[in-house]
This record gives sequence, structure tokens and C-alpha cells, in this order.
Amino acid sequence: MARTELPAVAVEQLHVVRGGRVVIAGLSCTVRSGRITGLLGPSGSGKSTLIRAIVGVQAVAGGAVRVLGEPAGSPVLRDRVGYVTQSPSVYPGLTVAENVRFFACVLGVSLQDVDRVLEVVDLARYADTMVGRLSGGERSRVSLASALLGSPRLLVLDEPTVGLDPVLRVRLWDLFAALASEGISLLVSSHVMDEAERCDDLLLLRDGALLAEDTPAGLLERTGTDDVEAAFLALIDEGAA
Amino acid sequence: MTGRITAAIAARVLGQLRHDHRTMALMLVVPCALITLLWWVYSGNSDLFDTIGPQLLGVFGLVVMFLVTSITTLSERTSGTLERLFTLPMGKLDFLLGYALAFGAVALVQGFLAAGLSVWVLGLDVRGGVGPLVLVAVLSGVLGTALGLLVSAFAATEFQAVQFMPAFVLPQLLVCGLLVPRDELPQVLEWVSYATPLSYAVDATTEVTLHAQWTTALTWDVVALLAFTVGGLLLGSATLRRRTP
Ligand SMILES: Nc1ncnc2c1ncn2[C@@H]1O[C@H](COP(=O)(O)OP(=O)(O)OP(=O)(O)O)[C@@H](O)[C@H]1O
Ligand SMILES: [Mg+2]
Repeated sequence: MARTELPAVAVEQLHVVRGGRVVIAGLSCTVRSGRITGLLGPSGSGKSTLIRAIVGVQAVAGGAVRVLGEPAGSPVLRDRVGYVTQSPSVYPGLTVAENVRFFACVLGVSLQDVDRVLEVVDLARYADTMVGRLSGGERSRVSLASALLGSPRLLVLDEPTVGLDPVLRVRLWDLFAALASEGISLLVSSHVMDEAERCDDLLLLRDGALLAEDTPAGLLERTGTDDVEAAFLALIDEGAA
Repeated sequence: MTGRITAAIAARVLGQLRHDHRTMALMLVVPCALITLLWWVYSGNSDLFDTIGPQLLGVFGLVVMFLVTSITTLSERTSGTLERLFTLPMGKLDFLLGYALAFGAVALVQGFLAAGLSVWVLGLDVRGGVGPLVLVAVLSGVLGTALGLLVSAFAATEFQAVQFMPAFVLPQLLVCGLLVPRDELPQVLEWVSYATPLSYAVDATTEVTLHAQWTTALTWDVVALLAFTVGGLLLGSATLRRRTP
């Protein structure tokens, strides 16, 4: 794997201040192209903030973020990056199909694509249900469906599997793997460490700093542990020592 | 800005209203009910009804649209849908004009119902006719939408947004000429009344009531209403930030 391919995301010396507090202090990392990168870290570690910087909606205090070779948030990226916010960004007062159709109109993709993405997230039979009547997990799948519209080159998903049952979680991770095999790059945040096994690369975040950037196997080998949770704790101990 | 996205946003806002029967009914029925109540209150004095009725038509349109728009946009800001839209090929003007178009359409229906009811059923005497009266009611409604879009930027919660109504609209109501003719106001308040948009909505309806012909004063009132609307939308677009802290 010595190909020098353009990374999907390259973050350099990113500084973010939120509410008067430094939330990300000089973070650098990359998301490799065509792979699933897991962004793991405890609550409040800055996962959503980093993701917001990558999709270009976070005001940053310094540093550079490049996405698919362009500065983050630049207009050419807007139909090439699919983004799922942490809390589902959907309209409860519309049906499932109307929600996804609206985003399809904004993106300018055909309405047939709506049926396809609803099928993919297993919501086709809820097409005419009001989103306000759905469960939390179903709503987040509506949100995910909208991000799959068109042909994004990069998917940035902020905790897409929270609140889903194990069967559905496995299905979604299978979907992510299938998308990656088509050459789509994925950045998926989670604070469930056991999802790390499904990722090709891992970014471990703690207090706004990068604790590790490695493959799951590399991480376990380096820390001499046998699961990512233990590796995470070992890295914290290492840092404290 | 693209026509496709502006239209998508307008259609979506109308779709939300279409599902929300109660809000829709409140927007369309309340002004009609209020004007009927006013007619009843003034049943002994039709001159007063003829004076105040048209003025209130403008006020109702503005107030209803102001409230609905500020709450709808606020929930768009807080629910994350606006953040998501800003990662898509949507321009700020698409968003603002989409809202203005959707609520403008509602204002048209609302203005037509309330003005039609007043003139044809309740016998309101407007020399200028129903057409100009509806026009002024619609312009007031669209102005309310523009102001609601602007004000929603300064509210963090629905509670705050609702409080902008008494804080922002009621003072205008007190100086707009409805209670005391504007030239009889204390000097400072008279100046204030020239700077507030509601005064022009009320002035315009008065012109329509008194004159069978379209007057120059009416033209200026309409221009002022449009100018405040455009100004509100421009200021509103300055408060819409793609990147937030
Ligand atoms: N709107 C905001 N204003 C001020 N500070 C904020 C804001 N949002 C988040 N923060 C702070 O930034 C830090 C990082 O938050 P962030 O949401 O990125 O964490 P996270 O890793 O996504 O957490 P979680 O797993 O709970 O979603 C937190 O300490 C939080 O308090
Ligand atoms: Mg988060």
C-alpha cells in the first residue's frame, strides 16, 4: 500500500475554540481514500467539532482542513460530501419520503434516487409515515438516507449507529464496507469501542488531541492489548506516565 | 442562488404547513375571526369600523407571519437542518427567498380571505376596493416574514422567539397611528413612527380606505413596505452564518 493517493481529508494543526475554551488544540490527521476511518473518543473529546470542521460549518481559530483536495467547506465540495449530524437533522412535520425528496431537490438528483436510499436504510415501508412519529433510530436512518443521495465521494457520519439494535448496526456496517469497496471514503464517529473492529483505520481522540492514528491491528500490536477499549486505556496510561 | 433550490425550500415549507392543519387554520381563520369580532364590537358605530378595520387587516397579516416565520426558522437553526443545508449547494438567498415565497403565498390567501370577508360580508367601506386592500395585506404579511427571519437569529429558544412579539411588534403598534394619529404624537415618537415598518402598513390601508384612486402617498407607502422587506432580508442574510462557533 505504498500508493501516494490524495487523502480524502487532511487536517493540519487545527485549532478550535468553542464557548471561550480551546476544544481542539493543534490537531493533525488524515482520512485515507476509499477506507472506513473510525473516529473514536469519549464524550466531549471533540469528535463532533472535528467533523463540523471537516464539513465546513465550524468556525475555526487556526490550521488548515483540506477535503478531496479542496479547502473544507468550499462550494465545489457541496455535492461530493455527505454529512449526517449527530442528532438527526430531519423535518418531523414531513413524511419520510418528503424529507428525503427535499434533500434530493436541493442536491438536484433524480427522485428515483429517493427510493434507492430508502431501500438501503430499510425504511421503504415507512415512506409515507410522518418522521415525527418515528423512533429515534428510525429518524437517524432518515437522516442517513439523505446523506447517501447522489454520488458522494466522502461520507462524514457523526454517530450514525447510536440507538440502533445489533442487527441493524451490523447491516449498516455492512453497508459502509460495501460503500468503501466502491471507492467511497467514510469517516464514522462512535463512542462504542467495539465498532472499531469494523474500521480500516482509527483515530483516537481525547480532550481535543489525537491519541493515536493507526489500523486496529497496528493499535493492538503496539499496545499489547486485545481489544480497542483496552488499547485506549493503555494509551492514556502511557500518556500519564 | 438557484431557482431550483429556492423553489425546493418554498415547497418544503408549504408542505410542512399542509401537514400541520392546526397552524394552517390558525393562520387563515384567526385574522377573519378577529375582524369579525371587531365588526361586532363596533356594531353601533360603522364609521369607526371603517377606519380601524382596514388598518388592523395590515397589522394581523404582519403579526401572524412574523410569529410563524420566527418560530419555523428558529427550529431550523436548532434542529441541525440549517447546518446540514449549509453543507449542501444551498445559498443564503435560496433559504431566505424560499421562506419569503412560501409565506408570501400564505399571506396572499390570508389577505384575500380577511379583506374579502370584511368588504363583501361585513360591509367594510373601502373606497379603493378589495384589490389594493389585499395587496397591502400581502405586503404586510411578507414584511412580517422578513422581520421574523431576521429576529430568529437573536433568539436561542422558542420562548425567546415568542417574546420578540411583544418586544418588537407591540411598540410599533402603539406608535403606528392606530391609537393616536401620528402627527399628534409627541415629536420624538413621531420620528420613531417614521422609522418603524408597521406605520407604513397602517398608512397604506388608510389611503386605500379614503381614496377611490391610487394615490402618490399609497405608492410611497408600498415602496416603504418593500424597502423594509428587502432590508430585513438583507440583514437576515448577514445573520445566517455557514460557519458557527
Ligand atoms: N455550541 C457549543 N458551544 C460551546 N462549547 C461547545 C459547544 N458544543 C460543544 N462544545 C464543547 O466542545 C467540546 C467538544 O464537544 P464535541 O461535541 O465535539 O464532543 P463529542 O466528542 O462529539 O462528544 P459526544 O460523544 O458527547 O457527542 C465539549 O467539551 C463541549 O463542551
Ligand atoms: Mg458528538
